Amino acid sequence: MEFFRIRRDIPFMRHALVFNIVSALTFLAAVFFLATRGLHFSIEFTGGTVIETAYAQPADVTKVRATVEKLGLGDVLVQNFGSSRDVMIRVPLRADVKQADLVARVFTELCRAEGGTITAREGPVEQGQSASRQACSAGAVEPVRLSRSEFVGPQVGRELAEDGAKALAFVVIGIMIYLAFRFEWKFSIAAIVANLHDVVIILGFFAFFQWEFSLSVLAAVLAVLGYSVNESVVIFDRIRETFRRFRKLTTHEVIDHAITSTISRTIITHGSTQMMVLSMLLFGGPTLHYFAIALTIGILFGIYSSVFVAAAIAMWLGVKREDLIGTTAVKAHDPDDPNAGAVV
Amino acid sequence: MWRSAVQVSSGKVTVKVDASIVPRVEDVLGKAGLKPDFVQFDGNSVKARFADLDAQRKAKDALVAALNPDAENPTYIVALNLLSRSPKWLTALHALPMYLGLDLRGGVHFLMQVDMKAALTKQADALAGDARTLLRDKNIRHAGIARDGNAIVVRFRDAQTQTAARNVLSDQLPDVLWLDSVDGIDFKLTGNLKPDAAKRVQSAAITQNITTLHNRVNELGVAEPVIQQQGADRVVVQLPGVQDTAKAKDIIGRTATLEMRMVDDSLEGRSAETGAGPVPFGSEKYVERSGAPVIVKRQVIVTGESLTDAQPGFDGQTHEPAVHLTMDAKGARIMRDVSRENIGKRMAILLFEKGKGEVVTAPVIRGELGNRFQISGRMSTAEANDTALLLRAGSLAAPMEIIEERTIGPSLGAENIDKGFQSVIYGFAAIALFMCAYYLLFGLVSTLALGFNLLLLVAVLSMLQATLTLPGIAAIALTLGMAIDANVLINERVREELRGGASPQAAINTGYERAFATILDSNVTTLIAGLALLAFGSGPVRGFAIVHCLGIVTSMFSAVMFSRGLVNLWYGRQKRLKSVSIGQVWKPGANVPVET
Repeated sequence: MEFFRIRRDIPFMRHALVFNIVSALTFLAAVFFLATRGLHFSIEFTGGTVIETAYAQPADVTKVRATVEKLGLGDVLVQNFGSSRDVMIRVPLRADVKQADLVARVFTELCRAEGGTITAREGPVEQGQSASRQACSAGAVEPVRLSRSEFVGPQVGRELAEDGAKALAFVVIGIMIYLAFRFEWKFSIAAIVANLHDVVIILGFFAFFQWEFSLSVLAAVLAVLGYSVNESVVIFDRIRETFRRFRKLTTHEVIDHAITSTISRTIITHGSTQMMVLSMLLFGGPTLHYFAIALTIGILFGIYSSVFVAAAIAMWLGVKREDLIGTTAVKAHDPDDPNAGAVV
Repeated sequence: MWRSAVQVSSGKVTVKVDASIVPRVEDVLGKAGLKPDFVQFDGNSVKARFADLDAQRKAKDALVAALNPDAENPTYIVALNLLSRSPKWLTALHALPMYLGLDLRGGVHFLMQVDMKAALTKQADALAGDARTLLRDKNIRHAGIARDGNAIVVRFRDAQTQTAARNVLSDQLPDVLWLDSVDGIDFKLTGNLKPDAAKRVQSAAITQNITTLHNRVNELGVAEPVIQQQGADRVVVQLPGVQDTAKAKDIIGRTATLEMRMVDDSLEGRSAETGAGPVPFGSEKYVERSGAPVIVKRQVIVTGESLTDAQPGFDGQTHEPAVHLTMDAKGARIMRDVSRENIGKRMAILLFEKGKGEVVTAPVIRGELGNRFQISGRMSTAEANDTALLLRAGSLAAPMEIIEERTIGPSLGAENIDKGFQSVIYGFAAIALFMCAYYLLFGLVSTLALGFNLLLLVAVLSMLQATLTLPGIAAIALTLGMAIDANVLINERVREELRGGASPQAAINTGYERAFATILDSNVTTLIAGLALLAFGSGPVRGFAIVHCLGIVTSMFSAVMFSRGLVNLWYGRQKRLKSVSIGQVWKPGANVPVET
């Protein structure tokens, strides 16, 4: 099998302007949505309490909402999560509400609404491990079960946001330094601009659809940043090599040739990674859902930006043959020099 | 992966579980007709492993009946538990099973913030007391000692006493930096803890809190509790298997209280002690750790709140093991008065837990006691250590507050494991199928290399005893998806060389060599992102980052070295290699695709 039967170099750079306008428009749209709608941060960032309950029967969200709202906890979010039987309740941080027993209070209320009472149930749950828990029982059945709860204090959230920003800065600076050292500063700027615009676009998607932006999404965004920079690196590597091998080509043609000869690898690699991510999206359940979505968007835009945007920016910044092979052209020890080593 | 077990741990702070209980447990189990796989002591508790759930249940009942004669007041905690199913020889090789994170096995997670300001304030209080004693001893008249925030302010009437006091104080309290100033008519000395001393106080506070938490958590009988310091002032507590946050919080938050009272040495008291008479009015009977009864007066001299520190050490003169106690100013004043009047009498230190008291030690007062004194005599070093620990056990060095709390139900955990593994398996299968179809033999080699990468990654994680979490599994999947890149790069390069007309052997050679520089470059950028996550991430992101970083390193190794080794093994021995199986190599210009 061979998918890519390309006879001559595809003139990508002839359309560089169009590609960049497309990507600039997407970028602006993303910034617009980020500014107007903002990100829907998870409680890891904002602080607050999340309670996930599993009902025995498909849950009546309206009823659950009414039950929780009676407690007067402020702006409570109640929604289905995963299946129709799982309900997620999100309670914001409020100074006048005691957080410590919030989960117990909400759960007791939900249990009462289902006509059950809270009992401490002790005993082996699975594989003989002992565990005691607060169970809601109405007769022999357990109408509602607490499957997960999470409380995050305000100071933790602030720190996480700060750490996230620091991590992003670290990645950007680290990659720029590495690329500037390994290639040239023009490439390092081009790669970072192209890939940061990916990051903004992912965030734009999250803002537009109001998907929950959690810590794992942040991890996905940073992983994608590293990953799609590696895409640009492969192309830059080829550009350097082409400059060395074909001395007659113009910069324009060199870039076209480099992209054309790596395009099969680009598509296959990203396709493979995407298969893995798709598998996470399909089988990973609700916990990995947004993580996988962020990766999917990142991978798709990563291809676009590193192929069409990064190289074009490098070209406009005026990459020349001398930039890349100037230092290596004059070798201290020419291996073919018959007099090498004979130094007096 | 796991097999049922029964765990026996201490039910009281004063009871220490050690290896000596192993034969007793074996004996009890033997009498009940149960055959455990083994009974072992592992530092804190004794565990017995069983083949089935039924035996586990029976063993628990038998042990509870035998070890705790008084059901109301259990000496030992017997809990159902899990042990790794790996055979003993693997365990002996230190081949331990992987730890699963809470999101995979269910449990409670707390992140607690230690109030360091309170620890420093407590220390400043103690130092103010020290300063007062010192100045009185040296007959230096001051116009008041007060604590202002974390600083100690001493006032004087004239400059002369100020200088004298300064010399004494800086000499005797080396941890404090004293600064003199004049405030109106008053001469002032302001003492602040030196930065390194403050740091010492803080790290001591957190260590003590962790020790105290350990003692309390042991009581829950949790399989593998995690109690770790995180950052400078935080403690992570993870209790796998526990679902009842209310109970966990209750136990973690409970304070055992310490009281110091005089021993009743009246005639009636003595006779009550030997069991000859009734306990006199105004006294109570408590049991010492050795089991001997002690009659103690009801009146409390000081409580554990006044005890700021207890450390094991040695007597300055006799070099006997001793426990050094430090009281705060208020406690020291009371202690001085009481001890002066009661020289030669016994004082009992009692520890109350769950409403029940026990005498930790009841030493004889030898002289007037100040804010620092010691308990010594007839003690081994180990006993001194135990006593100091017990005296400290009651108190947290600084108050703690829960700033993050997470509960994960056990069924959710099991579901998460399934989902995580399913995504890895299906993703892997899809990639493997595609690679084999597209690159034929080279694709098979790539798939094997990817499989080897997975094996290597899991092996390294297991060796490092890293905790596997759901983000960790996601990182494994993602890393595998990214790792195939290296093999795609190599395979595409080899095809390209073949397309360029190189001989098969040369194509393999240059293909691998040329691709390597690119692989290195591209992996370094991914690694930078991984390291950033590792450095700044916390909790779930850290688990992701560790696996991600390790995965990048192992993938470089397996993609380049392992796959090259396989290819060389297959093609290297053929001298005149005519063709390689890498799928179709299409040559531009030729009308008919050439199959090589």
